[in-house]
Amino acid sequence: MNKFSPFKYTLILLVLALGVIYALPNLYPAQPAIQVAYTDSGQSADQALLESVTENLETGSITFDEIFLRDNNIVAKFYSIEDQLSAKTVLQRALLDKVIVALNLEPTTPQWLKDIGGRPLKLGLDLSGGVHFLLEVDIESALNSRLEAQLNSYRKTFREKKIFLTDSSSKGMTMFFEFKDDEGFNSASRILSKDNIVGINGPLYLITANSDRNTINVAYTESAIKEIRDYAVGQNLTTLRNRVNELGVSEPIVQRQGSSRIVVELPGVQDPTAAKKIIGKTANLEFRLEAKPNASRLRKEEFEFKDSYRTAFLEKNIVVTGDRVTNASTGFDENGRSQVNITLDMQGGRSMQRATGPNIGRGLAVLFVEQKSKSEIDKDEEGKEVIIQTAYVEKKIISLATIQANLGTSFRITGVGSPQEASELALLLRAGALAAPMKFVEERTVGPSLGKENIETGFRSVVIGFMLVVLFMAFYYRMFGIAANVALFSNLILITAIMSILGAALSLPGIAGIVLTVGMAVDANVLIFSRIREELKLKEPQSAINDGFSRAFVTIFDANVTTLIAALVLYTIGTGPVKGFAVTLSIGIVTSMFTAIMVTRSIVNLVYGGKNIKELKV
Amino acid sequence: MNMKIPFMKYRKIAGTLSIIIFLASILTLTFRGLTLGLDFSGGTLVEISYEEPVDLEEIRSVLIANNYEDSQVVNFGTDLDVLIKVADQSGNSQLGDQIFVLLNESGFPGTLKRSEFVGPQIGSELRDQGGVGMLVALFMILLYVAFRFQYKFALGAVSALGHDVVIVLGCFSIFAWDFDLTVLAALLAVIGYSLNDTIVVSDRIRENFRTQREMDESDEIIDLSLNQTLSRTIITSLTTLLVLFALFIFGGDLIRGFSLALILGVLIGTYSSIYVVANMLMSLGITQDDMAIPEPEGADFDEMP
Repeated sequence: MNKFSPFKYTLILLVLALGVIYALPNLYPAQPAIQVAYTDSGQSADQALLESVTENLETGSITFDEIFLRDNNIVAKFYSIEDQLSAKTVLQRALLDKVIVALNLEPTTPQWLKDIGGRPLKLGLDLSGGVHFLLEVDIESALNSRLEAQLNSYRKTFREKKIFLTDSSSKGMTMFFEFKDDEGFNSASRILSKDNIVGINGPLYLITANSDRNTINVAYTESAIKEIRDYAVGQNLTTLRNRVNELGVSEPIVQRQGSSRIVVELPGVQDPTAAKKIIGKTANLEFRLEAKPNASRLRKEEFEFKDSYRTAFLEKNIVVTGDRVTNASTGFDENGRSQVNITLDMQGGRSMQRATGPNIGRGLAVLFVEQKSKSEIDKDEEGKEVIIQTAYVEKKIISLATIQANLGTSFRITGVGSPQEASELALLLRAGALAAPMKFVEERTVGPSLGKENIETGFRSVVIGFMLVVLFMAFYYRMFGIAANVALFSNLILITAIMSILGAALSLPGIAGIVLTVGMAVDANVLIFSRIREELKLKEPQSAINDGFSRAFVTIFDANVTTLIAALVLYTIGTGPVKGFAVTLSIGIVTSMFTAIMVTRSIVNLVYGGKNIKELKV
Repeated sequence: MNMKIPFMKYRKIAGTLSIIIFLASILTLTFRGLTLGLDFSGGTLVEISYEEPVDLEEIRSVLIANNYEDSQVVNFGTDLDVLIKVADQSGNSQLGDQIFVLLNESGFPGTLKRSEFVGPQIGSELRDQGGVGMLVALFMILLYVAFRFQYKFALGAVSALGHDVVIVLGCFSIFAWDFDLTVLAALLAVIGYSLNDTIVVSDRIRENFRTQREMDESDEIIDLSLNQTLSRTIITSLTTLLVLFALFIFGGDLIRGFSLALILGVLIGTYSSIYVVANMLMSLGITQDDMAIPEPEGADFDEMP
């Protein structure tokens, strides 16, 4: 009785060995390194950059361990932080604004461990320090601007088809047309129902069509709204990724959360204010034609210039918005004046071509659209003072230039001022391409000193808690206690290994989860041991051990499943650190069941199994 | 250990005590409410660390002079750390930076340790999610226990959990401790822990109802079960409390609320697994008939009651 087959021992040893191997990468300390990438996010790092970085490091006589090309970056590892810092200064001075140099820590996991997928634990923001942002995409304004654009395109279509409108407007999510006569109403209805623009498969559905008054009301369908939302969020995600790239952070997270939110996490960022300035630039751009002096009031709008009190009249029609800009860079024209080169995507290029072809010689303006908010104090129904936050849009002209030729996907804007101003405009064009404005709804910054402090306190409390429990168990249960302690220790190793493999980030509440698991994991063993004690009163030792284990199993199973339910609920409702707690708790519950039952049993079996025991001390 | 504590003899007193504390907790939660942490209240928080202690009053007056009237200034952990909370609901995410810059320029230059901003709608969303999550967890556990045991046990288990959670919340309300996301996480862990205890006790009660045929009084069987599991209950609570105190003392200020909630939860959970569950079972009139199917020795876990 109480003997495991060699197969079972091998299996348990195998699981433990795997645990040790995958927990191993955490023992290798990380090494200071730098990442170098081109400022232009469209250009990936290449051999040429690798050579120039190597050359600059050698001329600066900075010793480095290793330098190689990885993904879009050049990675150089150093032996000391001093070397890392001076390398950054040297490279920034030598390559100026052409490259972004980011400091980071590279794991020193040996190759053979990397080959089998081993990697160290990822640290959450509260441990590594850094910034966490939650941004909300303003879907309503994306819908409004889309509706406005669509309205303009219909106005144009109707004009071309000689259908006369007496009134047209867009309000909220609906578009309204009033036609001059029945004929116009009928042909407009035909145009709208053709190509499935309005109908089951189209983006719009008909609310009302009144043939007596010649009016049509249409609105976006649910699926069209969803599509626009997905597009806007997707576009903003891309833009944010580019902006984050400009910051040069290693291992950033830019992710969609829910239907209209985006999470940005920048571990290790030392200057959160600067990061926020670039991330939070809630800017958008519009290209518009300058209005003809004789244009009707309805077709034009007056705007201020960004840097002066001058104003200019622009057409209401938007030619292209900033989300069509794929690249922008600075250069010099034939006369040595600075210029900005702009590249649009295909669709943007087509619209630009249509708009500029017949308008050479007229002005083309770049409007900078900024989402701002102001707070006002107002009184609610009960007369209590409440703060009302209203968002408003500020649009200012950043450039007004004359169209020299028919423009397509790439063109240039000259007369933009100093090279400094040109490069700022290029940056705005590149990074300002948001499909919809965004605002910060949550922000958490953890300074690097606090991160380090959190690691220390977390680690210390794990060690102290663990030691206390180990001492208690060994003292109270003797031999069985030692078996339980071995199980507890293997549990810690398994948790570390699984967390490392999954790439789940370890947060401070996550550490608390591990500590809690340590406390609770012994419960299974306590249950088994007290059961064995009871059985000993009725039976001889060997069958007491056996029955103790098998009877306690039911209880342990039930108790752990219910705790797992609580942990899973926590995982689904929680975000960030709380999710981290749920993850460690869940992993801990599963591994503790394995170690407390199988590992403890195998040790007990090795010690007592098959022997003739007269007296057993539990 | 052959303990024979007549637990059920005192069940009326314990029950009354539980009900009084429970009602008191509900009262303080209704009238005093919880001191919501930043996660739930929304607003801005800045933690700045200084080389030497600074006068909080002076910082306060600088803030008031610059129109941040609605701000709290306290020391956090040591007197070198200053925590500033602003209950501004306008959703201005720049506030943290502005205050840090302001203090740096007004003769209080320090290092920014952390800065948090939670927009008003996020705060209320988290509040709703937290409440819903708690209810969902309780309901799912109710289902599981009803399925694995019997509905009387499920009612007992869930009232024990409700009892524990409400009383821990009551303590947070009375002492005006900050209730934030980590405390909510701790509460869910309390549910898990207290359940663990409850299941162990219920399991033994069920087993004894089936095997102890010579006893016919329910309270005798329950007393026997409670005594049999007592040493385990105490040892497990003890080891868990050991690590929790390690967390409370050495884990730093950020998880102090978390460990505090768990320490309370474990203490109350241990009590409730002895008294609340058994009390509910007795009140619901549990009998051997409730355990209808007679089980052979060493019953396996895939049987159903």
